[in-house]
Order: sequence, then C-alpha cells, then structure tokens
Amino acid sequence: MVAVTAARRPFHPRSLIRPALLLVLTAIVLYPLAWMLGTSFKAPEEVLNNVAVLPDNPTPSNYPDGWTHFDVAFGRFFLNSFMVASLTVVANCVSCLLAAYAFARLRFRMRGFWFALMIGTLLLPSHVLIVPQFVMFKTFGWVGGPWPYLPLIVPHLLATDAFFVFLMVQFMRGIPRELDDAAKIDGCSAYSVFRHVILPLSRPALVSTAIFSFIWTWNDFFRQLVYLSDLEKYTAPVALTLFIDSTGQSAVGPMFAMSVLSLAPVFLFFVAFQRLLVEGINTTGLKG
Amino acid sequence: MAVSTRPTAHRPQSGPAASQRRGRPARHRDDGRAGYVFLSPWLLGLAAVTAIPMLLSLYLSFTNYDVLSSFSEADWVGLDNYRKMFTDDPAFWHAVRVTLVFALIGTPLKLGAALGVAMLLNRTFRGAGLFRGLFYLPSLLGGSVAVAMIWRSIFDRAGAFNAFLGWFGIEGKAWVNDPSTALGTLILLAVWQFGAPMVIFLAGLKQVPAELYEAAEVDGANSFRKFLSVTLPMLSPVIFFNLVLETIHGFQGFTSAFVLSGGTGGPVDSTLMYTLQLYLKGFANFEMGYASAMAWVFLISIGLVTVVLFRTGKFWVHYSDGDD
Repeated sequence: MVAVTAARRPFHPRSLIRPALLLVLTAIVLYPLAWMLGTSFKAPEEVLNNVAVLPDNPTPSNYPDGWTHFDVAFGRFFLNSFMVASLTVVANCVSCLLAAYAFARLRFRMRGFWFALMIGTLLLPSHVLIVPQFVMFKTFGWVGGPWPYLPLIVPHLLATDAFFVFLMVQFMRGIPRELDDAAKIDGCSAYSVFRHVILPLSRPALVSTAIFSFIWTWNDFFRQLVYLSDLEKYTAPVALTLFIDSTGQSAVGPMFAMSVLSLAPVFLFFVAFQRLLVEGINTTGLKG
Repeated sequence: MAVSTRPTAHRPQSGPAASQRRGRPARHRDDGRAGYVFLSPWLLGLAAVTAIPMLLSLYLSFTNYDVLSSFSEADWVGLDNYRKMFTDDPAFWHAVRVTLVFALIGTPLKLGAALGVAMLLNRTFRGAGLFRGLFYLPSLLGGSVAVAMIWRSIFDRAGAFNAFLGWFGIEGKAWVNDPSTALGTLILLAVWQFGAPMVIFLAGLKQVPAELYEAAEVDGANSFRKFLSVTLPMLSPVIFFNLVLETIHGFQGFTSAFVLSGGTGGPVDSTLMYTLQLYLKGFANFEMGYASAMAWVFLISIGLVTVVLFRTGKFWVHYSDGDD
C-alpha cells in the first residue's frame, strides 16, 4: 500500500526507510486505540498483563456489564451527553453566525474595537472564568437546579465561542461583496441580505462549526465536572470517571467497553468528515 | 441572485424608496443599528459570561469566600490570598513547577514529533492522506476522559506497557502511581496528540518554494544543510504559531491529569497541574477566593508568556514578505 510508487531512480534500499518508519509510527500511534477496542472484548482474566490487541476468547459481556455497572444505566449518561452536545451545536451555529455577519459585513461604530476584544477572548482560558461563572450561576439557582445544564448551554447561546465567530468571519470574507451590494441596491436591508445572501452561502462554515462544536462538547470534561453533581444528570465523560473509584478487576473490562462507546460518536465523525476536520485545523489552527 | 443582473447605474433613481432615503451609496446605509442588532448576543455574552465574571473574580480574589454562604457574605481580606499563595503555600509552587515541567518538556517534544512526521509525509505518495488522517486521530480523541482512562490502564502495574517490557525481561513498575514517572506518562499522552500541529506543519511545508531547495542543491547542500538553511527559516512563522498555541494549550492541561491521578494530582502531587490545583481549591475545598486569586495569577502568567514568546519571536521568525 505504501510501496514507493513513483518510477524514478533505480531501486535503492534507502527508499524503504520512509515507508518503514511510517508503518512503525502508525502502529505506535494507533496501538492504544486498537488495544482499547480489543480489550473491551476480553474476559476479566485476560485483561491484565496483556499486550495483545485481539482477545483469545472474545466475549461481548463487558458491554452489558458496563451499561448496568452503576445505579443509573449508562444509556442515561449518553442521552445527557447527546442533549448537551446537540443544544450546544444549535446555539453555537445561530449565535456565532449572527456575530460573524456583523463583524464581517456590517459597518458600525466601534466595530474594530469589538473585533479586537473578540480576538482577545480567544486567548482567555476557561479555567480563569470557571470560579466566578460558577458563583454567578449558583446565585441564579441554576447549579443543582431542576435542569443543571443551563450553565453548560446558555453561554453558547451568547456566541462566547470566539473560535467559531472567527472561523465564520474568515469564511464570510471570502463571499464576494458584490452580492451584498447588489442586493442592497435592490432595496434589501441588512437583515434580508443576511437571510437571502449570507445564510444560504454560509452552509460550509456552519457544517464545520457544528461538527467541531459537537466533538468539543462531547469531549469536554472540566465544565461538566464542575456543574453536574447529581448522578442522574451526569454526562458520559463524568460518568466514566466513576470507574476510577470502583476498584477491582471486574470493573476494568466494563470500563473499556464504556470508553469505547463514549469515543464512538467522535470516531464516526472522524470517519465521515476526516478531510473537513483536517482542513479545519489547517486553515484556522483549531485544535482537535 | 436575479437581482444582481439588473443594471445598477440607474438603481438609485428607480429603486425602492428605502434605498434612496438618504441619497448615499447603498452600502453605507443604516448598518449602524443592524450591526448592533446582529452583535447583540455576542455583546450580551461578553458582558454576562466574560466581563462581569472577570470583575467578580477580581473582587473574589481579595476575599475569603466558600460559595456555601451567600455572595454578600464574602470576607474582604485584601491581598491575603496573594500573599499566602506566594509565601505560604508549598502546593501552589509545586503546581507551578509541575505545570512548567509539563509545558517545557511536553511542548518541544510534541512539536518535534509533529515536525518530524510532517517531513516524512511531505511527499506525494499513495496513502499520504490516509496517514495524515490516522496521525491526526489522537488529537481528536486524546483530550477525552476515555483515552485518559485507557492510558491509566496501559501504564498501570498490570498494564500493557509492563507486559511489553516483560518480553525483554525488564521488570516494570506502576508508572502512573510512581511519583518519579507519573508526570512522564502525562507528557507522553500529550506528545501522542502531535497530529494537530503536524497538519499545520504540513500546510507550511507545502508553501516552501521548490526553487529554494534546487538552489541549495546547486550550491552543494546535503539534506541536513537544506533542512537547516531552507526548511527551518521558511517554516519559522508556522513553528512560531504552533509554539504559541501549544504552549498555552500545555499550561491548561487538566483532563488527563485529573483522570490519571484519580482527581487528586497524586501520587505525592507529582501530577498536580495548575488548573487541577485551582479546581481542587475552588470546588473541593470551597476556597473560591483563593481559587480566584490563582485564576488571576494564571491569566497574567499566560499573558506574560505570550508576550515573551512574541518578543523572542522577532529574533528567529522570518516572514518571507519582509526584507530578508
């Protein structure tokens, strides 16, 4: 597959170095993931002290065991995660698109100032704001309230993910301005330009935002750990950490099984959108 | 877009009344209010989720506050939190050291791996795209709790890594539970996620003009010399970009440290990352005032590191549109 294909110079052993190195590296990089998948099908006595990826006697039993390992079925945690991630996707797409349109296309006083502030918030670590935000949301009665996901979702409704605003601004700058101008000359207001010109043309940027939003929220742990304290309301990553406390060999297999399941959505996104994800990194420096 | 096909010259005269209201070119019309309407969610977010919390955090950093009582009961203690942090809290300095070691060792290793693999992939051959994708995968999954849990198992006493060492007759140990190696496994997990900077390096390598390599070859440069005199200088803006991003990223490591240490920063505080200590102070000990002070020191430190990186960058980052 990686054979040096080009028909250039005569064969030289050195030409094998690169493919060999790449294969070794691939094996090292993918080993932890392959081992996790294989081990999730191993019986308890096979789990420990074992380098092998493939189980000797494959058994699916870790999956039902993990699913029902805690007082609340793992399906509940997945549902919670899906709900938080989906709502975040919608909130981010709507709010960041609005802000990006203003920054990229409209002229108003202090635009440059606000834009600089927006770029500044890109560098603000979330750990800096977590304490006062917690105090604030607790004062609102949201923390530990009937629907403790409010602190996880409301900020996204307010376009606080500057990365996505920036990504969409960059994208909109590529849309020819003549389209706006023509529509405006024909009497379109800024609102109808948004609705009829920018919105339909922004679909690729929205797709990127949706995919990255979903993956990041799905993987997010810090904020979910801070805000969710009721087992019923846990998301998948928070619930996974419960396996740390439940000691004993019997929990290792189920832990692997649930880990595999919790990576599955991100992995499926990767398989479906590999090119888009990699290009997204490439053009904007977004991290994985 | 049928509208755009009409002749635009006489539009201002014959167009709908709205477009000629002020007799100014259409594009300058009325955006002021619309601009703020579209910006309003972001502005509200800036105020409510960023600015006010920052001010609140600054205020809290001068108080003793435990969240359990009401906000108005926060005790004003002046600079006490800061004084205690710098002079009277070994755990704080310990967390600073752990974070520095993690970032200063992890970031260069990660960038080195990223650049090395990018150079390997920077050639057209069948399957290059596949490799690029596979190496990127850990960046996508690596920050998750699930992967950190697996890492914990691999480097446990009965883990796969020791079983592997066993093939060579080497006696392993519980790497994640030994204070001298726990941070090393954390760094290894970070380096494993070299895919994201690698993709950025690859894009940068594609921008290096082939003529430069040809010219160097004519001058008799070997591969190493070409790397040193062509690749590195031409790539320096991308290296700089990755360095800034990954350094800031490194300072913020939380999830893997939390999971590998079972949420304690252990063994013996060897994985007590700064953000983990901040979390423990604020949300395990309910010292919200102290945690706020830590947050401000963190913010200022990251700002300083960024400024220093930019300053030093002037000496080694070459932009090709510049004079040199």
